[in-house]
Amino acid sequence: MSASIELDNVCCDFGNFRAVDHVNVTIQPGEFFSFLGPSGCGKTTILRMISGFTEPTGGVIRIGGKDVSGLRPNQRPTALIFQNLALFPLMTIWENIAFGLEVRGVDKVTRRKRAEELLALVDLHDSADKMVSQLSGGQKQRVAIARALAVEPAVMLLDEPLSALDLKLRQHMRAELRAIQKRTGVTFIYITHDQGEALAMSDRVGVMSQGRLQQVAGPRDIYNNPVNGFVASFVGENNILKGDVQNASEGRASFSTAIGTFTAKLPDSSAGKDLKLYIRPEHVILSAKPGAENSVPVTLTEVAFEGNFISVHAVTENGTDLVAELRNDGAGSVPTPGTQMHMTFDAANSSLLPDSTTAGA
Amino acid sequence: MQDLYRRYGKGLTWAFIGLTFFWLAVLVILPDFTLFESSFRPYLPISEVGGPKDTYSINNYLRIFGGEVAMNIFGLDVMISPRVKVFLYTIWYSGMVTFVTFLIAYPLSYYLAKVVSPKSLPTLFLLLFVPLWVSEVLRSFAWWIILAFKGPLNGVLMALGVIEKEIRWIDGYSPVIVGLVYTYVLFMLFPLYNAMQSLDSNQIEAADDLGAPWWRIHWRVILPHAKPGIASGAVMVFMLSAGSLLVPAVLGSTTSGWFTQTIQGIMLEEQDWNSGAAFAFMLLIVCTLVVSLAMWIFRVKLSDIAK
Repeated sequence: MSASIELDNVCCDFGNFRAVDHVNVTIQPGEFFSFLGPSGCGKTTILRMISGFTEPTGGVIRIGGKDVSGLRPNQRPTALIFQNLALFPLMTIWENIAFGLEVRGVDKVTRRKRAEELLALVDLHDSADKMVSQLSGGQKQRVAIARALAVEPAVMLLDEPLSALDLKLRQHMRAELRAIQKRTGVTFIYITHDQGEALAMSDRVGVMSQGRLQQVAGPRDIYNNPVNGFVASFVGENNILKGDVQNASEGRASFSTAIGTFTAKLPDSSAGKDLKLYIRPEHVILSAKPGAENSVPVTLTEVAFEGNFISVHAVTENGTDLVAELRNDGAGSVPTPGTQMHMTFDAANSSLLPDSTTAGA
Repeated sequence: MQDLYRRYGKGLTWAFIGLTFFWLAVLVILPDFTLFESSFRPYLPISEVGGPKDTYSINNYLRIFGGEVAMNIFGLDVMISPRVKVFLYTIWYSGMVTFVTFLIAYPLSYYLAKVVSPKSLPTLFLLLFVPLWVSEVLRSFAWWIILAFKGPLNGVLMALGVIEKEIRWIDGYSPVIVGLVYTYVLFMLFPLYNAMQSLDSNQIEAADDLGAPWWRIHWRVILPHAKPGIASGAVMVFMLSAGSLLVPAVLGSTTSGWFTQTIQGIMLEEQDWNSGAAFAFMLLIVCTLVVSLAMWIFRVKLSDIAK
């Protein structure tokens, strides 16, 4: 069982502060959708509005096509997993999981049976009679998921549930969450400020800033074809160059900057705006001789060996800083600071973007 | 201990320990022990103290059983000594006071801890504290005036047409209960407020989100969490009520006796400190037993309360 979620011009004001500003998005049944953004961007407010703890001050939310305004959280087919999980510490694990069933008047034997099935689903056997305090962070995580699944929600809402875990466990739980979502087919709406998490797990990602939805797209598009500087910067690193568009045609333009004129992609959405050139460090090629186009001579200033990649900082003749990331292939020699080299990038991997598509709108 | 030593040095550490020891040993244990010892000795003229008649016995304790009056205990008519009767009533009505303070304090502390905006908390707490600034005597007399036969309560009720004739409120134990509840309700409220305030609001929301109606959220999530607070408030209110002398004296009537009044009578009017001490210890011991029993029934540990 799963349901679609439709946010139709949803707004939410707290006094004079607009936390969520005209958000429009339709999330498909069975989709894993992430809202990605920095803290205070309104993503948690969106989650609380969908679950029913906060009412929108404008617009309509539809779950499975039905307008849910005015419905209490316990009347909506959603289950929320809180950032701190909010497990009940005075109940055993199975009582926690079966709480939603207890509320619905399911008898104890059935409740217990269902709780154990769910524990098996989240790979947590033999813990039914333990207390919450006896479990590790990752195990608590699974209990929270099982407790939410017990009420058979059409939509699961997850509020940064992995943020309290350490890195290794977080990466493991990503795969786990994704697998549980696939197994149950429930629509997952996931809130996070961690772009890696959002990109790795989601079918689609909605990037938010200052209450507005900046871009909704698949993880690849979000990373490779961001619509504005905010999205480009939030989901990864960039070399950002200021300059002017010289001539534009067929989605490309030449762009004159202080360190030369370069060719780059010009997305349709960027037309007619104040633009900057965004180049991801991993798309910059470092070579002894200049490339055919989009090449600039530099002097290396700092070389940092990061393990899986090598971060190379360099400076151009007029003092502009540039960064390149080289994959550590295990054989290649590491360049030394002070070397004169050339940085080159492909026009297909660099974009001309406005700071924000919504700025001043 | 070592922490104290490191932080405050030798002099202050020993001063802390010395003062605490002095307070406990000289001001608490020693006088209580003296009374406890004397409770087993007969009340004798000074010339005979230490003489052949001055031997240990439990005769003072047995004095509670003198005489017989009728009493109805849960529908059973029994003949019982008047002092035992007062004793049982004191325990019973102290328990009732405790329960009523809980009924009042629970919704109030929930409101203060989880509903009201933090901005208005200081004002509300101030309003709760103001009555505490007035002495217990004045507050009891205030209730005495309110409940008086020609007093404001009867006046208002008659003016509203709720009653046709004055009701004699100050009769039996009701006014004592009212007075004790009013005097001690804050001792229930604050531990309860503290306990509820420490509850993560997300747990309430989680229960709500899982479909629980409000009463089940209270029963399964909030009440269990608040249990140590309830226990600590209940112990305080029960002990203070059973040991209260002033409220029963002011708001009591000829048909209500409080065991503390019995003790006072023996000590001050009969001048029999030995029997008085025996009665006081009986009250203390039975109250402690009642509290322990209640804690066992509700599965509260002493360490929970101390938090």
